[in-house]
Amino acid sequence: MTPADYDFIRKVLKERSGYVLLPDKQYLIDSRLNPLARELGCASLMELVQKMRAPGATALLDRVTETMTINESFFFRDKIPFDRFKDTILPAVMEARANTRRLRIWCSACSTGQEPYSLAMILRSMKEKLAGWNIEILATDISRDVLERAKAGIYTQFEVQRGLPIQMLMQFFEQVGEQWRISEEIRRMVQFRHLNLIDRFSLLGTFDVVFCRNVLIYFDHATKTDVLERIAQQLAPEGYLVLGAAETVVGLSESFKPHMDKRGVYVRTGGVSPKPALAAVSPLPAAAAKAVV
Amino acid sequence: MKRCLVIDDSSVIRKVARRILEGFGFTIVEAADGRQALDACVKEMPDAILLDWNMPVMDGYEFLRALRAMPHGDKPKVVFCTTENDLAHIARAMHAGADEYIMKPFDKEIVEAKFQEVGLI
Repeated sequence: MTPADYDFIRKVLKERSGYVLLPDKQYLIDSRLNPLARELGCASLMELVQKMRAPGATALLDRVTETMTINESFFFRDKIPFDRFKDTILPAVMEARANTRRLRIWCSACSTGQEPYSLAMILRSMKEKLAGWNIEILATDISRDVLERAKAGIYTQFEVQRGLPIQMLMQFFEQVGEQWRISEEIRRMVQFRHLNLIDRFSLLGTFDVVFCRNVLIYFDHATKTDVLERIAQQLAPEGYLVLGAAETVVGLSESFKPHMDKRGVYVRTGGVSPKPALAAVSPLPAAAAKAVV
Repeated sequence: MKRCLVIDDSSVIRKVARRILEGFGFTIVEAADGRQALDACVKEMPDAILLDWNMPVMDGYEFLRALRAMPHGDKPKVVFCTTENDLAHIARAMHAGADEYIMKPFDKEIVEAKFQEVGLI
């Protein structure tokens, strides 16, 4: 491919997903798009780029964007954010929502589903404490392919051994040949939906907790700020935002303040008004709002 | 420095495990079956044990039951590491006192995750 071809792909990615692919990551284009080129019957990446440049290639551009933005995920990734969810965030939001007994959680870049399922397993493990609570976990991603995998909830032996305690494997998974499927009771707790983070969120309703981990790092400054401000619009007062270990709101948004002593956890400040609640505007199926733990 | 007893009848597996665990700062003791491993534990109880299931002389399950019945045998964290990759074996191992379970094949990331899970790293 020519430098102009690489630039073209980088431009497509930035425009369609906000993803900034630095020139030194050019190898990712080769490693990720070569299999796609073969799948689509292209003799080379150059031919794929030619097709991308053709008028009306929107579906192909989406496909390329989705392929380039797929990120690895695993259960209880980095562990600490999940400990903080259980020990700090959940008690606080449960106190704040004691009247409504309703919690909404959004995993905004869920990849193959391990993050929302990890949260669902935590919540399921606390079912006595959460009896009578109506809890919804919405999980979104830009890639339709990974969402299909997430919905199926089937993981390889390798995937269930990275971060997932064996007791949870025993409790929440069944063996399907060489693979492992997460139980239906956990799958039912999570609603998956396609969403590009550069598109509007307002129809999603208001959340008490938003996980947005390891995705802002791929955006430029302006896109980070834009995404954070729009997340703030969907976050309830006293709501929490959880970012990845290498991410921060500092210097990007005034709508959040870092949690006093919990790195990676941010609390929404009072500067913005949340959007109306899901019930008023959401196009989600009714079942999504009724996932009781 | 924490000591880890690596029990496997395959010298290749022991070598791979040694390399991984030494990278996490463990001192390694090796045993090729459950009987040799019990002798090693009598001599000095390790902090951690990476345990194969199918071995000659004494298998991993028998070893684990014998270990947990020994004085101070509750001390080591035991991580099974075996090709017995089904829920029935996992449940049996956990019931006998295993702390974690690795299904072979394994790599450094899996060993790290499992050892972290039981607080060894």
